[in-house]
Amino acid sequence: MVLVFVENQKGGFKKSAFEVVTYGKKIAASMGTECAALVFGTVSDAGSLGTYGASKVYQIENDTLNHFDSQVHSNVIAQAAEKLGAKVVVMSHSSAGKSLLGRVAVRLNAGSVAGVNSIPTLDGGFKVRKNVFSGKAISEYQINTDVKVLSLMGNSLQPEESGAAAEVASLELEVPASKITVKEVKTIEGTVPLPEAELVVSAGRGMKGPENWGIIEDLANVIGATTACSRPVADTGWRPHHEHVGQTGVAIRPNLYFAIGISGAIQHLAGVNSSKVIVVINKDPEAPFFKAADYGVCADLFDVVPRLTEALKKYKAS
Amino acid sequence: MKLLVCVSKTPDTTSKIAFTSENTEFDSSGISFIMNPYDEWYALVRALELKEQVGAGTVTIINVGPAANDTVIRKGLAIGADEAVRVDSDPKSAFFVAKQIAAYAQEQGFDAIFLGKETIDYNGSEVGAMVAELMDLPFVSYGTNLEMNGNLATIERDIEGGTEVLEVATPFVLSAAKGMAEQRIPNMRGIMMAKRKPLNVIPAVECNDPSTVSLYELPPAKSAVKMVDPENMDELVRLLHEEAKII
Ligand SMILES: Cc1cc2nc3c(=O)[nH]c(=O)nc-3n(C[C@H](O)[C@H](O)[C@H](O)COP(=O)(O)OP(=O)(O)OC[C@H]3O[C@@H](n4cnc5c(N)ncnc54)[C@H](O)[C@@H]3O)c2cc1C
Ligand SMILES: Nc1ncnc2c1ncn2[C@@H]1O[C@H](COP(=O)(O)O)[C@@H](O)[C@H]1O
Repeated sequence: MVLVFVENQKGGFKKSAFEVVTYGKKIAASMGTECAALVFGTVSDAGSLGTYGASKVYQIENDTLNHFDSQVHSNVIAQAAEKLGAKVVVMSHSSAGKSLLGRVAVRLNAGSVAGVNSIPTLDGGFKVRKNVFSGKAISEYQINTDVKVLSLMGNSLQPEESGAAAEVASLELEVPASKITVKEVKTIEGTVPLPEAELVVSAGRGMKGPENWGIIEDLANVIGATTACSRPVADTGWRPHHEHVGQTGVAIRPNLYFAIGISGAIQHLAGVNSSKVIVVINKDPEAPFFKAADYGVCADLFDVVPRLTEALKKYKAS
Repeated sequence: MKLLVCVSKTPDTTSKIAFTSENTEFDSSGISFIMNPYDEWYALVRALELKEQVGAGTVTIINVGPAANDTVIRKGLAIGADEAVRVDSDPKSAFFVAKQIAAYAQEQGFDAIFLGKETIDYNGSEVGAMVAELMDLPFVSYGTNLEMNGNLATIERDIEGGTEVLEVATPFVLSAAKGMAEQRIPNMRGIMMAKRKPLNVIPAVECNDPSTVSLYELPPAKSAVKMVDPENMDELVRLLHEEAKII
């Protein structure tokens, strides 16, 4: 069987949860087996994962699991995989998933591939693909072990509804004590976090100063996008560090990326060039970003961004 | 404080990526290699700062790779590490690398093992978790801030849409992200001293590769950019809606 570890946020599921279940279901179908989901903690509607293809949901409620500790979580996931005889274990390539994948793989003597973005093929071995070299190439991995562990890159496929709510069962597993004490969790309220955002409005040094960001926020607000920025903008404190995208910041792959007053240096592109559609607004026709763009507007951003916001408002209202 | 920092070598981001042997091998000809920025700027520098704060201890760097990696290792020594170890091999999987690091660390006993959050070539972020599991240690990934108080570390880490603050006692494994420290440029004295610091080459322990790259491919060429008249933003909206089907 295929076992999907599904994270919840404060007892509810985000889109990435439905993506991994959909992915697990597709792998299970190609292997001619079932897909089960594993959830930790108190989740109000765990059975809803059945809609996306989980034939059964195993829910482990235990206080130790309410805080994330890769040592504890990986131990419990591996126990579940062994008990259920899972041949493939799938999780999100999220901050939790990245800390878990290698641990679960070691525990299960399994081969692993992190951040995959394709359905595995089974012809002549188990093969699966991912982007490498910051999106400048794709590589296909062959996994040689009996059990396989994969983490799925966010926004690689659309969740698909394929069934009805599933039965929720529990499993008898041992939860070891945690060696980590979580003191505080600070969340930024309001916006969709960058790694999950489908629409991103990003701006660079062309903005001249932090006081000008109002037009960027207005544009983001009309379409419900998350804001981002280039590295020098975060380094000089114009914008908070968590908005910095690129090779040394956050790597993202939204459906739509607006790059406004950003030159398109290779280190910036490294973190954003997997975006599905890129729109570049820059007054310099030679700006390297135009080469990576789908749509370009060569103009002064202070003039064109407010007009784009108006055009989008008009479209939204129609 | 006895600290181990894992450093890897990656192609510079500006490199043109190509493959040989019918797209089964990375073509390293003409590539300029650098120390993985997360390892150099964040993991290594924070380890050095901690040693300086305490005023005692050692910072050892380890690399799993061939002799060609020695230049990158020497740079780590020039930045300030006390000694270096290279596990002589040509690694093909994250597990192989992790196994070598764990074997060495187990034998030596370190207070903490630092890594970068990921390598910028294969973007795996797998090695740290594997080392931690092989050694049965706590693992904190994506650390953006670390303070030590005796053997207790307070670490801030990035999570989706926020940060988490946690405490963990040594020994532990940490992967470092932006915020942890500031890049240090090696000075002339450091570079001279690095030549005299020990770089021990040790043999690899036996290990199979549970997964390997079977094929590389370049992404499909991007079609040319469609320029939109700045006077006509309604047209851009129309294209995003009707052609790109994104809004
Ligand atoms: C190892 C390394 C890692 C790095 N990592 C990152 C990273 O992760 N992320 C990142 O972003 N950078 C990174 N950088 C920096 C990167 O190389 C660039 O320096 C940076 O991306 C430039 O930021 P920018 O485009 O905002 O600024 P600039 O290069 O100054 O570009 C500003 C752009 O705005 C345009 N402009 C100016 N005024 C207007 C106007 N009125 N209207 C329209 N357009 C206007 C200009 O034509 C120009 O193209 C890294 C560099 C190194 C060496
Ligand atoms: N060959 C290597 N030798 C030593 N450390 C490595 C090696 N490869 C990766 N690492 C470390 O593991 C981290 C994560 O790498 P990866 O899992 O490949 O993304 C890197 O930032 C390094 O600190």
